[in-house]
Amino acid sequence: MQTYKFKNNVYILEGFSMVGPLEGKGPLKDYFDYIIQDDTLKEKTFEKAERKLLLDLIINAVDKAGLKMTDIDFFIGGDLLNQIVSSSFAARELNLPFIGLYSACATMAESLAIGGIFVDNKIAKNIVASTCTHFSSAERQYRFPLELGNQRPPTAQWTITGGGASIISNIPSKIRINAVTFGKVIDYGISDVNNMGCAMAPAASSTIKAHLENMDLKVSDYDIILTGDLGKLGSEVLIDLMEHENIILGQNYSDCGCMIYDKTERVFMGGSGAGCSASVLNSYVLYKMKKGDFKRVLLVSTGALMSTTTSQQGDTIPSIAHAVELVYVDSNKSNANSNNNSKKVKSKLNKSNKIKSNKHKTTKSSKIEK
Amino acid sequence: MISIWDYVISFLVGGFICFLAQILVIRTKITTARILVLFLIIGMILEVFNIYAPFKEFAKAGATVPIIGFGANLARGAIMAAKEEGIIGIFTGGLTASAGGIAMAIFASFIFALIFSSKSKRGGH
Amino acid sequence: MDKEKRNVNYNIYVESKVPKTRAWPSLIKAFILGGTICAIGQGFFDLYTYFFPSLSESEVSTCMLMTIIFITCLLTGIGVYDVIGAWGGAGSVIPITGFSNSISSPAIEFKKEGIIYGICVKMFTIAGPVIVCGVVGSIICGFIGYFI
Repeated sequence: MQTYKFKNNVYILEGFSMVGPLEGKGPLKDYFDYIIQDDTLKEKTFEKAERKLLLDLIINAVDKAGLKMTDIDFFIGGDLLNQIVSSSFAARELNLPFIGLYSACATMAESLAIGGIFVDNKIAKNIVASTCTHFSSAERQYRFPLELGNQRPPTAQWTITGGGASIISNIPSKIRINAVTFGKVIDYGISDVNNMGCAMAPAASSTIKAHLENMDLKVSDYDIILTGDLGKLGSEVLIDLMEHENIILGQNYSDCGCMIYDKTERVFMGGSGAGCSASVLNSYVLYKMKKGDFKRVLLVSTGALMSTTTSQQGDTIPSIAHAVELVYVDSNKSNANSNNNSKKVKSKLNKSNKIKSNKHKTTKSSKIEK
Repeated sequence: MISIWDYVISFLVGGFICFLAQILVIRTKITTARILVLFLIIGMILEVFNIYAPFKEFAKAGATVPIIGFGANLARGAIMAAKEEGIIGIFTGGLTASAGGIAMAIFASFIFALIFSSKSKRGGH
Repeated sequence: MDKEKRNVNYNIYVESKVPKTRAWPSLIKAFILGGTICAIGQGFFDLYTYFFPSLSESEVSTCMLMTIIFITCLLTGIGVYDVIGAWGGAGSVIPITGFSNSISSPAIEFKKEGIIYGICVKMFTIAGPVIVCGVVGSIICGFIGYFI
């Protein structure tokens, strides 16, 4: 099945987010942990700046969670640059086992999902999942030189500078990862690289539908359903697509790309990039969950899986979306936290536990010694 | 012999050419490289059919500054050299006529690339 | 195929959702910027004609173009030209300044990859087609001129 429901309690212990100067002026500015004023981070190149950003994110996240680097078992993450250099080069400095992932802008959800499964199966205790993007390095890889005086079409999106790191752990906190859904690669034949939102919307629609069906939940059960970086146009298209499937996305639906920038900043359809959902999740969403404002959150990071070569050769854009469901845990009743959830889910969870109990044993025996 | 009319006509004709190009950009999402090539070829065609010279006489800098003028220059150089020097001129004429512009573009780009670094965009327009 | 039909329908649907650029403001901006650059060119033309009366008209023209190209490279270097270009659209591309900017911007951008592999190799990533089509086109024109 596409959806994996967690058998044990896996928590997001802490999150850390950092964004660039432009994002730091947006509506979420008070939620970010750190706003960078100089987006070169005093490095010589933008690629170096991006890897510094990622390194800073991880170190600060571990620190904020009150852990030491030696407590972390794995670093799971990726980024948008070719051969995910930012992540691997950051991992070079970290001295941690590194699992590099690439799902374009859906990397944050994928890292959380895989990290969560690791912790759930007791392969690891603490995992740091992190990803980030840098506007300038993405721009020079995917589009044109920064100084070229070109006009962007109105459907273009703005790659954000920033990112987030989450500590996935078996240490109880208020935010529990309840289930994850891995998306299928979907291609509806969009080839315009300046219209990624519309290329990714069908993937988001497919993943959300699969998740809701497998969890037996309705849209109204969630306090917020967040897509990664569909942008304004992409979210409108998603709402229409979901309506076709008889799923009505209401007031509780939002898109990270639309949230991160002010309308006055005129970044066309909104933010994009792997750092988009990572920074919004690790600031705004975790903050609201810790306060108990959000009890059940579905984060659907969306990614467009093309490269500049495939685009120039006229191929269409395949996309993917991964979903992570987060649930608020009332710390007063931490032992009975599963009771907080709807009974439906509980019974389903127990069922799946039974089914997977055999599997569970095998994973236990192959547990990685640390 | 500076006349205000030269400036007015340069502004109007140059502006009108860019106006047409912008219509193309909006309608077809054409990229920078393609639009440059397209107007370069238009310039060459104008030159081959002897339309460019009277057009330039009329529009002054409105005809020479747009990339059309660059194309026409290349074509005129090649045609003139072909008539004067024969076969060899076919190959040397075009670049000889436009050497100044190309050389300056390469030279200035190289020098400024050594001096300056690219800066991040401040977002939006 | 069913899938193809779905994709075609989706593309048509997306096309209908895409907001149209408000055409008139951007057309007028392109007109103003393009016109202004040409008028500045005329200014240099008159200036050089006045100071160097011995030069022929085409030589003055070349000097004027070289001046504009130089200024554009400088504006690109100090990070002003991309702002102008974003404002004026085709008004910044069609004048010779667009050609100049498309050479200098990758040169500056890829400086970090080194002088040979960065500046020299990447210089023509955008303007390369202009040079290639220009040279090929001029040779074709030369043949036309030779035989007619």
